[in-house]
Amino acid sequence: MTILTRRNALVGGAGLMLAGCDRIVASPTVRKVLTLGEKATMSAQRLVTDRNALAPEFTRADLSPSFRVNGTRAPGSADYQRHAAENFANWRLAVGGMVAHPLSLSHAQLRAMPARSQITRHDCVEGWSAIGEWTGVPLALVLRHAGLSANARYVVFHCADDYAGKPYYESIDMVDAFHPQTILAHTMNRQPLSVGHGAPLRLRVERQLGYKQAKYVMRIEAVASLAGIHGGGGGYWEDHRGYQWYAGI
Amino acid sequence: MDHAALIYRTRLPVRIWHWLNALSVFVMLMSGMMILNAHPWLYWGKFGANPDHAWLEIPNFPGSDVPFPPLLTIPSRYDLAAARQWHFFFAWVLAASLVAFLVYAVTSRHLVRDLWLRREERSPGHLWRDIKAHAALRFPTGDAARAYNPLQKLAYLGVLLVLLPLVVLTGLTMSPALNAAFPVLLDLFGGRQSARSIHFLCASGLALFIAAHLAMVLLAGPLNELRSMVTGWYRLPMEKRP
Repeated sequence: MTILTRRNALVGGAGLMLAGCDRIVASPTVRKVLTLGEKATMSAQRLVTDRNALAPEFTRADLSPSFRVNGTRAPGSADYQRHAAENFANWRLAVGGMVAHPLSLSHAQLRAMPARSQITRHDCVEGWSAIGEWTGVPLALVLRHAGLSANARYVVFHCADDYAGKPYYESIDMVDAFHPQTILAHTMNRQPLSVGHGAPLRLRVERQLGYKQAKYVMRIEAVASLAGIHGGGGGYWEDHRGYQWYAGI
Repeated sequence: MDHAALIYRTRLPVRIWHWLNALSVFVMLMSGMMILNAHPWLYWGKFGANPDHAWLEIPNFPGSDVPFPPLLTIPSRYDLAAARQWHFFFAWVLAASLVAFLVYAVTSRHLVRDLWLRREERSPGHLWRDIKAHAALRFPTGDAARAYNPLQKLAYLGVLLVLLPLVVLTGLTMSPALNAAFPVLLDLFGGRQSARSIHFLCASGLALFIAAHLAMVLLAGPLNELRSMVTGWYRLPMEKRP
């Protein structure tokens, strides 16, 4: 009897403690204060990092034997499935927003453009890493072709996939957009990008975490502000799950 | 009857850092366990994911679908994004206070005077006697209790100079942006997944230290110990009468 009571008291106490902790964690003020950490991290990393410092590049001997597919495995929309069935022959990438000359680029045109190849590490926010070889068009080249406005501050990537019923999208700022390793990859490990890894085109922004590497890129939009685009957080995971926009660590 | 002497043993900067560090280490461990819940496998080398060989696969807590149950994690229910907000806010508190305290410990000579082992304390015989005394739960009394004992010093030095700096450096090594700026970090730890494993081992070391530290506080007299870390004043344990 005594043991049971003491045990109940323990469980009850733990429950109360949990409830108290959960209240602190859920408080909007606390959450707001905590985002100061993300801001400090971004400022500090930008301060100590050379703008063009390259993410480490590896050799073919370092490639992951099997590169884990993550997120959407195949977009479900009829449009996307038609493009995939046609091997993306009629698919086009739209480049618009704050640019002088909006572009519409075919898969063949993108593959014919100057390309950069890099063997880099992909780091998921969950903690795992995989090394792959990516080949694609430097984003800077596409943005210059399109005549990017000097007032544009962010580049938004609209994707073909819905994740949990919401459209996937991501965004980066101009420091990352013009970084030499930021490419629109159409080739992975010397093969055309597979559907699982984001065919026909995925973003590689090598100094950030995996959820920033948007797959199934359909449209690129240059904007002055992220407000007004979907939830305004700058990406699917930022809007719906509270992940940091600057995924610096 | 002897009066046990009250001595001023713990100076203000030490006390401030102790509590700031205790708070941030607890938040880091609890949010860190939530982050580990997202992918509770650890690897050695440059890469590592589900298809690769993991040297440690942490099993789920009985009756739960994650290794670390709600009582141990921040937040209590699975939320990687929120755990990261907590982790990377308190990472700043932990790292900044650690740097400030190391500067203080060196310049005030706290490190050399109170923590560093004196020549005679470094002899194997002396250390062996101290280990035996700890095992028998015999603690220093009287004047001998004015200073930390050798094992205590080693534990504190291990936390201050090894575990905490390593946990910060391996944490930074997991940042892709800092890998670009300082690739030497990757060379130092043998790759990002090795750094993640070392980060986990250091965190485990800190958890073990906390367990031992709290046990010693309880055994040595929790109120007296607590008072010395809050007010600085410590009552010397009396010498046993023959």
